[in-house]
Amino acid sequence: MSHTEEPDPDEAVAADVAEAVADAETSTGESARSSVPVATAKGAGEKRRRGGLSRYIITRFLLIFPTIFILVTVVFFLMRVTGDPITAALGGRLTPDQLAQRVHEAGYDRPILIQYLDYLGGLVRGDFGTTYTDNMPVLSVLKQYGSATLELVLFSLVISLLIGLPLGRLAAAKRDKWQDAVLRIFAILAYATPVFFLGLLLKLVFAVKLGWLPVSGRISASGEGTMGRLLNPSPFYLVDAIRLGNGPLIVDVLRHAVLPSVALGLLNGGVFLRLVRTNVIGTIDRQYVESARSRGVPERRLVTKHAMRPALIPIITVMGMQIALMLGGAVLTETTFEWRGLGFMLAQYMTARDYVAVQGIVMLMAVIVALANFIVDVIAALIDPRVRY
Amino acid sequence: MSQTTTVVAEGPSRAPWYLRLPVIADLRRSVGLQRGMLIVGLVLTALLVLTAIFAPLIAPYGFAASAADGVGFGTQQAPNPTNHWGTTVAGYDVLSRVVWGARTAVLTIITSVTMSFVIGVLLGLVSGYVGGWFDRICTMITDAVYAFPSLLLAIVLSIVISGGQSSAAGGIMSAAISITVVYVPQYFRVIRAETVRLKAEPFVEAARVTGVPVRRTLFGHILRNATRTLPLIFTLNASESILTLAGLGFIGFGIEPSSAAEWGYDLNRSMTDVTSGMWWTAIFPGLAIVLSVLGITLMGESMNDLNDPRLRRRRAPKKTRAAAPAARAAEPGAPARAEAPTGSASSGPAGDGPEGPARAADDTDDTKEA
Repeated sequence: MSHTEEPDPDEAVAADVAEAVADAETSTGESARSSVPVATAKGAGEKRRRGGLSRYIITRFLLIFPTIFILVTVVFFLMRVTGDPITAALGGRLTPDQLAQRVHEAGYDRPILIQYLDYLGGLVRGDFGTTYTDNMPVLSVLKQYGSATLELVLFSLVISLLIGLPLGRLAAAKRDKWQDAVLRIFAILAYATPVFFLGLLLKLVFAVKLGWLPVSGRISASGEGTMGRLLNPSPFYLVDAIRLGNGPLIVDVLRHAVLPSVALGLLNGGVFLRLVRTNVIGTIDRQYVESARSRGVPERRLVTKHAMRPALIPIITVMGMQIALMLGGAVLTETTFEWRGLGFMLAQYMTARDYVAVQGIVMLMAVIVALANFIVDVIAALIDPRVRY
Repeated sequence: MSQTTTVVAEGPSRAPWYLRLPVIADLRRSVGLQRGMLIVGLVLTALLVLTAIFAPLIAPYGFAASAADGVGFGTQQAPNPTNHWGTTVAGYDVLSRVVWGARTAVLTIITSVTMSFVIGVLLGLVSGYVGGWFDRICTMITDAVYAFPSLLLAIVLSIVISGGQSSAAGGIMSAAISITVVYVPQYFRVIRAETVRLKAEPFVEAARVTGVPVRRTLFGHILRNATRTLPLIFTLNASESILTLAGLGFIGFGIEPSSAAEWGYDLNRSMTDVTSGMWWTAIFPGLAIVLSVLGITLMGESMNDLNDPRLRRRRAPKKTRAAAPAARAAEPGAPARAEAPTGSASSGPAGDGPEGPARAADDTDDTKEA
């Protein structure tokens, strides 16, 4: 979605041709992964660079809206294809007359286009609808449970970076050796294992059999009591625990967080590992690395500094795209560990057949993903001036 | 997985035809770790397909049987001679459900891969060839869908298709269609990029000038030359189908146990068992998922490496440090959706469209080189 900035079509074609030629020269022509971007960047980069950072950010910011609009439209009409949410939730439990009355009250018997415009208007005002089962505005569901999801995602991001960066570097440094083979297989396994199965396994081993860590939840009951005494709680348990300066409480929060974040973190850790390996391998054969080597820079430093730095940019970009994957994973992880976040609530509402809530949360996540991608793109542009155009 | 074999082979040209079939040709020229990965992948995938086909013969009981010969299995029984892998909380035989689950998984894969392939390729071809506003709109929509968490999309679609709870066909279809919607953008991106590139090639121009019908140009001239990366997307698509089906099942949007066996649903049911220390209801269906996805991924990944000259290792390997200038592009075929098949359109592992930040990586390299 961050790449809708289609350049001039002719230019793109020209670039593609140039690339095709270049590609035929460099590889045997059989290469599946042709290097499209090189030519595009070289030819067009000069021209666009003048655009400047602020202009790039503004363009990029404006692009959020069509993305959200498309998603909202798709989701809205899909959800209405089946009928109205009230019939879905209560159908069979009420007489047709009662049902019709409820439907009328909620306005679901109006023409679909009116409902759509109404919904869009609501979104613009920040109204994502009201859940049907417990009559809560979706936005306050976000306020109440979003932080838990954010906390989980942040924890698991830390874990996946802890896994991905060093191991990816190791795999690149030991390319084609046994360490590399083991790590590659580990990465594939991390991808092949569904996050909820991994979660169940971790639970089985570390919580049930060994009893080292709690089975589920974000905090123990006593911890919750302590936390309740805080007058102005922040949304994050860990922050609150640190603010209270309560050692056991911090440990309690962290102990609850370990298993879910490891489960979610491993999934992404595998992706990061491959990404780091790939990019470091791509940079380690560069001439500047070679010249550093000839100056006697130790091999270790070559990998951690010289080859690593330029490899980080694509990694940051992909991290942005990972956010979508992580949100999906968070839904499953939260369900596995009864971590009361957005994903857990989404699953609850789904079980209750509260499709207004489901639709609201899904839309909300669409907005979050779009915003997150925007932020990541801006960060990437700040780090690497060549991204701008 | 029969789709992978339909791709035009690029194998050694003088070998007999059966040695030139894609998978076999790949196998013949592989060495070392790549060969090991390919073989493991092939074996696991074959196992999955065979289990699916012969499920009635392999499974000791039906997937919804809770008694044999009039004697109930009992619920949550540990593995024993009657139920080799124990029974679930609802009294089903775990072994039977795992075996039957393969059938559900394979059906989902076939349905979703076929649908996403047809739609994605058609859209990509037409969009790339026609260009203009149609192209822009298609690109924009697919980009938006691509950025969206696939599981959420699957949830929405399963509500639409089956109203949340489903029969076997409804469940399979809702998982398959969800995957289709998620994967169409990936085929679309790859095929579109290739089409845009090929459109300017002399042989396509020539076809156009000599009055070859557009349809034939599209399928004969362009599509046949744009299929290089498809096997990889097939495998990603297939493994993602299994994972999404299982994810849906786990969240409680699965297929009712009486209409088909589904691993994700069984895992969902096993959550309480795990808390009380019962391992057999979770481990077996979970392992089935892992092994299936692993097999397909390994297969796709090693075949992709083999088809990329920069990553392929020769039979008589001379120890060189990789083809230096070309090594920039990296190992393609990362399994995750985020970085996967689009990486084939551009060189960056970041998996971006031609205009995306992947360029940044290449750019960096170039300036460093200059």
